[in-house]
Amino acid sequence: MSQFIRVLKGLFTGDAQADRVVPPSGFTARLTSFAAGAMAFLTVFALALSLASGRLATKWGDDLAHSSTLRISAPEGQMADQTAAALRVLETTPGVAVARALTSDEQRALLAPWFGPDLPIDALPVPQLIEIQETEAGYDATGLRLRLQAEVPGAVLDDHTRWRKPLEQAAGRLRLLGWVSILLIGATTATMITLAANAALAANAQVIAVLRLVGAQDGYIARAFVRRFTLRALTGAAIGTIVGTAAVLLLPAAQDAGGFLTGLGFQGFGWLWPVLIPPLAAVVAYFATGAAARRALSELT
Amino acid sequence: MAYGYGGAELLSDISLKLSPGSFHFLTGPSGSGKTTFLKLCYGALTPTSGDVRLFGQDVRAMTRDDHALARRKIGVVHQDCAFLDHLPIADNVLLPLNVSGRDDLEDVANLKELMGWVGLSKRASAYPPTLSGGERQRAALARAVIMSPDVVLADEPTGNVDWEMSQRLLQLLIELNHMGKTIMIATHDMNLIRTAKNKVQARVLRIANRKLQLAGADL
Repeated sequence: MSQFIRVLKGLFTGDAQADRVVPPSGFTARLTSFAAGAMAFLTVFALALSLASGRLATKWGDDLAHSSTLRISAPEGQMADQTAAALRVLETTPGVAVARALTSDEQRALLAPWFGPDLPIDALPVPQLIEIQETEAGYDATGLRLRLQAEVPGAVLDDHTRWRKPLEQAAGRLRLLGWVSILLIGATTATMITLAANAALAANAQVIAVLRLVGAQDGYIARAFVRRFTLRALTGAAIGTIVGTAAVLLLPAAQDAGGFLTGLGFQGFGWLWPVLIPPLAAVVAYFATGAAARRALSELT
Repeated sequence: MAYGYGGAELLSDISLKLSPGSFHFLTGPSGSGKTTFLKLCYGALTPTSGDVRLFGQDVRAMTRDDHALARRKIGVVHQDCAFLDHLPIADNVLLPLNVSGRDDLEDVANLKELMGWVGLSKRASAYPPTLSGGERQRAALARAVIMSPDVVLADEPTGNVDWEMSQRLLQLLIELNHMGKTIMIATHDMNLIRTAKNKVQARVLRIANRKLQLAGADL
């Protein structure tokens, strides 16, 4: 731990003279900052996507998990009796908080997207729907089905499991995709910083030769490069994160009409996640440059 | 030991021990291998056969960091001086202290004295590319001795300076030798060698036909 703190302190306080032994380089500095900035920008979006799909999976799961539907298909004369019998069964079922039969208007509203608003619902053999709200503990679906089978033969219980699973699965995959994207972005950042560091080390072979001539050890030479690249990555990633977060902030707020896309963003403490991106970019740069420097120094004899 | 490159043997059958506190001149015609020999002496090159030992350690068995530590005890004046062109000359002179973590106030005071000694007090903030050949050599010598190394290896340290300055630089090296430091100077300047032999007990070595010979008698 103390070693980690020492490294961290060294990165920020540094050694003014050691920093200056490596000449300020042009394109590698800009490349590193730009790559870190662009990757941080993309990471913000991948993170937003991942967190939003996580929320969506939870929301869909919760919404559908705590509600179910009972559908009663019965001949015209028996519909009211079977509905009443079903409601009685539900009222006495542990785990059912509320159960109510949908009105004709509500059923018409449900069918309106397909048949239009003027549907003569009373003239059609439309099943009666009963909406069930569950308690937190939920009910025993198997037991309820058996009771309904005995007392309300025309009732079919839909506990939404068959809807919920694929939706949750899709949202889960989307979340996984977001995290995989973040890992790929991290790996790409490491690759680009390694290339930039290699270019800087190759361009400074003469400087390294002079430093070795006067007794510099590999650690001293590597530190000068590592600190420079780490700070560049930190700065670039901070700018990319700020711009990315601002862009996410400007996305439309979640609306029912907009579906998933309008809910893409951060919520609550989720806004703190982007804060982690610049330090993580710095950590990636630290290790990528360190490895590149060790390799280059072993090859430069 | 021997050293060759690309199939050609540049130095052969070399045997020499630099005793602590000794003073050596190395002469020989251009291209005879004086610079190569000095590089072998501070471990920048590895012999193709035989052994080179730095402070008792075989250079082949030394890690890069071991080499770095050994070079802190060896001040080298390169023929081309080898500076970091983006740093002022004072920072270049301080470089050996900086890389070894010894750039404290006392050393900075030594820097001022040393820069005065080599006649570069007013050029301390100048950058290497703006210095003349002589100024660069003086700065290189200042950098080589600022760590008070055990050994100073100088490749043509007076090649680009006037007589007066070459005498001052020689005097500095002689004083270091009187302090117990080992000195080896590769030079063409026979007058410098003759002057030095009046002030210090020096051995003169000559590289001829790839071999190292003692050449003191004919000077």
